[in-house]
Amino acid sequence: MILRALPRLTLALMAGPVLAGLAGTAYPALRDGARAFRDLAAWTGLPRAAALSLGTGLASTALSLFLCTLVLAALHGTPTFARIRSLLAPLLAVPHAAAALGIAFLIAPSGWIARALSPWATGWTAPPDLLILNDPYGLSLTLGLVAKEVPFLLLMALSSINQTDPDRRLTTAATLGYGRVAAFVLTVFPTLYPLIRLPVYAVLAYAMTVVDMALILGPTLPPTLSQQIAAWQMAPSLTKQGTAAAGAILQLGLVLVALALWRAVEVGARRFLTRQAALGHRAAGADLPSRLLALLAAGTLGFGLFAGLAALALWSVAADWRFPEAFPHGISLSAWAIASPDLLPATALTLGIALAATFAAAMLTLACLEAETRFGLTATPRAMLLLYLPLLVPQIVFLPGLQTLALTMQIQGTWPAVAAVHLVFVLPYVFLSLAPAYRTLDPRYATTARALGATEARVFWRLRLPLLLAPVLTASAVGMAVSIGQYLPTLLVGGGRVTTLTTEAVALSSGGNRRVIGTFALLQLLLPALCFWLAIALPRMVWRNRRGMQT
Amino acid sequence: MQRRDFGRLLAGLALTPALAGKTFAAEWDSILAAARGQTVYWHAWGGDPKINAFIAWVGEQAQDRYGVTLEQVKLAATTEAVARVQSEQAAGQTTGGAVDLIWINGENFAAMKSAGLLFGPFAESLPNWPLVDTTGKPATVTDFTLPTDGFESPWAMAQLVFEYDSVSVKEPPQTLDALGEWIVANPGRFTYPQPPDYLGTTFLKQVLYGTIPDPALLQKPVEDATYTDLTAPLWAFLDRIHPALWRQGRAFPANEPALGQLLADGEILISFAFNPGRASAEIAAGNLTDTIRTFTLQGGTIGNASFVAIPFNAAHREGAQVIANLLLDPEVQARAQDPAILGFQTVLNLQALAPADKSRFDALDLGVATLPPDRLGPVLLEPHASWMTRLSDDWVKRFGVAE
Repeated sequence: MILRALPRLTLALMAGPVLAGLAGTAYPALRDGARAFRDLAAWTGLPRAAALSLGTGLASTALSLFLCTLVLAALHGTPTFARIRSLLAPLLAVPHAAAALGIAFLIAPSGWIARALSPWATGWTAPPDLLILNDPYGLSLTLGLVAKEVPFLLLMALSSINQTDPDRRLTTAATLGYGRVAAFVLTVFPTLYPLIRLPVYAVLAYAMTVVDMALILGPTLPPTLSQQIAAWQMAPSLTKQGTAAAGAILQLGLVLVALALWRAVEVGARRFLTRQAALGHRAAGADLPSRLLALLAAGTLGFGLFAGLAALALWSVAADWRFPEAFPHGISLSAWAIASPDLLPATALTLGIALAATFAAAMLTLACLEAETRFGLTATPRAMLLLYLPLLVPQIVFLPGLQTLALTMQIQGTWPAVAAVHLVFVLPYVFLSLAPAYRTLDPRYATTARALGATEARVFWRLRLPLLLAPVLTASAVGMAVSIGQYLPTLLVGGGRVTTLTTEAVALSSGGNRRVIGTFALLQLLLPALCFWLAIALPRMVWRNRRGMQT
Repeated sequence: MQRRDFGRLLAGLALTPALAGKTFAAEWDSILAAARGQTVYWHAWGGDPKINAFIAWVGEQAQDRYGVTLEQVKLAATTEAVARVQSEQAAGQTTGGAVDLIWINGENFAAMKSAGLLFGPFAESLPNWPLVDTTGKPATVTDFTLPTDGFESPWAMAQLVFEYDSVSVKEPPQTLDALGEWIVANPGRFTYPQPPDYLGTTFLKQVLYGTIPDPALLQKPVEDATYTDLTAPLWAFLDRIHPALWRQGRAFPANEPALGQLLADGEILISFAFNPGRASAEIAAGNLTDTIRTFTLQGGTIGNASFVAIPFNAAHREGAQVIANLLLDPEVQARAQDPAILGFQTVLNLQALAPADKSRFDALDLGVATLPPDRLGPVLLEPHASWMTRLSDDWVKRFGVAE
């Protein structure tokens, strides 16, 4: 039975490349009696860099989860929330680096906010010498991460929230006199959190290992550990490869420590919430301040991202724009002219690779989940760990090993090879986005269908898949966005033969030219934005006559 | 068909020492024949649209003149290509490699050459090689004191020049000490990229040139016994200027583009770049205000050359050699030197050129911010690569972790 064996096969497909790549990393780190680790320990910045990785990762994840919960608790079901929801797609589609650059241009001492207020309000005719970006505590970096992760967590929560039957619970709690926020936190959140737990872990691991955002917003004396690893890997003459490998293994350890810490806090939070529930505080007074805070937070984050993007868009057509001018002097299309020749083939290739990887990932995920459902298999924690390895292990740790694998198999340099490697990163996200909804789908539907004589196949095609249309599309959109954003895997396995929007964008961005960066950031976010928009709009169109399916 | 195969066979044989007696011309003809129809993948930093446009133009020339297709693989860092060739070697791929040509110099070249990752020697057999000014521009054959031995071919000269806003800085400093005084007197308006960045470390080497008693020592490897004494004035200079740097030295720009952006944003007033024509070219492209001018220091500034090299397993090494030769063509070199295009300095000896070719250079406008050659001052040779490593390691130890 093929279906039955598929979960194992998928796991092997996912874990194999990562483990092979890891082995390729562990080898240089452990060679010469672990000299690489001594080199690593000799770096005076190590304690601070490690602390920064842990600190920014944990702080940004905790803050993102808090804000996501706050927005859901205070605003879910209100007209404001519908507006926030419609803005999610473009926000999610912004590549991390572009978001960071937009925010950087917004808050820098020579940035848009300072320009808008100068010189009439501030008296500045030259940018003030203030340390806002690259601050030593990583506050700018944390802010940037939060702005990017809150929309992702919101999307994840929205794709599963209906499984928790929120309306009935909130109504019941309200009739008992609970405030809106207290009702949500005490009755919906405890069921919702397990459904978004893995996305939260992925956010934590990502935030701790991010390189491109840290490069733009993060501290530099010392930088975060992941940034330093990337620097070592890119060191000329490749003499620091061993140190980089040792650092990568330490980074992996740090991620595991952070996850353990997070798990411990989860247990504590659970006890705390249970006790609060037993106390029976109605906390209706918390509603207004929570609502104001949620609006403020959503407004600030939304403003930050959109204004940053608007700034990049403006830069892409700016002719001449100096401090303290609030707007450019003229319009020039030269940056777009630079981008245009390669645009069509690059877009087509990007889209083709993303579609192939996402389609394969969605098929595998659905097959695995269906196998689980039909054969009563349960995913062991070890299996889940293997599946999520590509998200937990920093990319820069195992990619070089993966490249060697591709070289040995003689499959590098073609777009199917690139799509195959993208699958390694796309599949966990698709699984992550889809599994909670799939697993919590009320089994009574299927039981009823079978009682009426439907075969398993019919139950899947006519019942389960249509019911799960929204989560499947959301998961696919996430998968598309992940694939479209891949830089290193595309470059390493593509061998320079496969040019996507992202390889173009990253290479051009290394020159620091804001006009070109703005152009490519816009191009890069158009495709994912379209996917997310479809994922949100399609189910509504298809189910416009089914009130129970409206979310 | 048979002819072409024969040509390919010849091209293959021509690379073996057994046929070294063949005349250059016949050998080159066979390389040209083999190159026709090849697609050359040139791995080059892709961060500057001006350079990308120039490479695309070179590609058109290669197609028109030799039937060679040129594809630029745009990199964010040259190391990506070096690592690629290294992985191919590790995986045992000795032919058909993905990289045909790399824009390279310095440490990356030294590493690839010593690891046997380069094809060659080829540079000195290129038909245009006699035009290269190897005596007037010794950096064309000596890369960070390492003889190139024909394993890489030069295509552009670079020299460190300082850029300043002439509106705010009336009298640019002419010496290192004057620069130090200006920095202290104008807090927050000068910085340098954070070592081990290439340009940041170049700044350290430039300061070392200005503070070391005997600069000739820099052409030799670092000696442990004298290193501390020789570099003490350098660190003293940095200790003096750091509190007056941009952000009080609590943050540094990442690299040359980031430094350039600070100048463009008006955050700093004096900057520097490894290209005397950069300011003019950026002004022409509308990225810099037209009040930016350049200066160099008395006693000279560090200069080096950009090269192209061919990996040992390049799939299209004949085509790659054709491109390396084309890059030395006077028309191509003159275009690169045009400030409206790139503003790169030529590697050729202008006196050796035919009058028609020389006139291409004479016709060039210098650009509003570029110093004429006689005011650029002497070119200081790159110190031995061990100085770069040692200085950047030391910098990280001293300043890499803020108090």
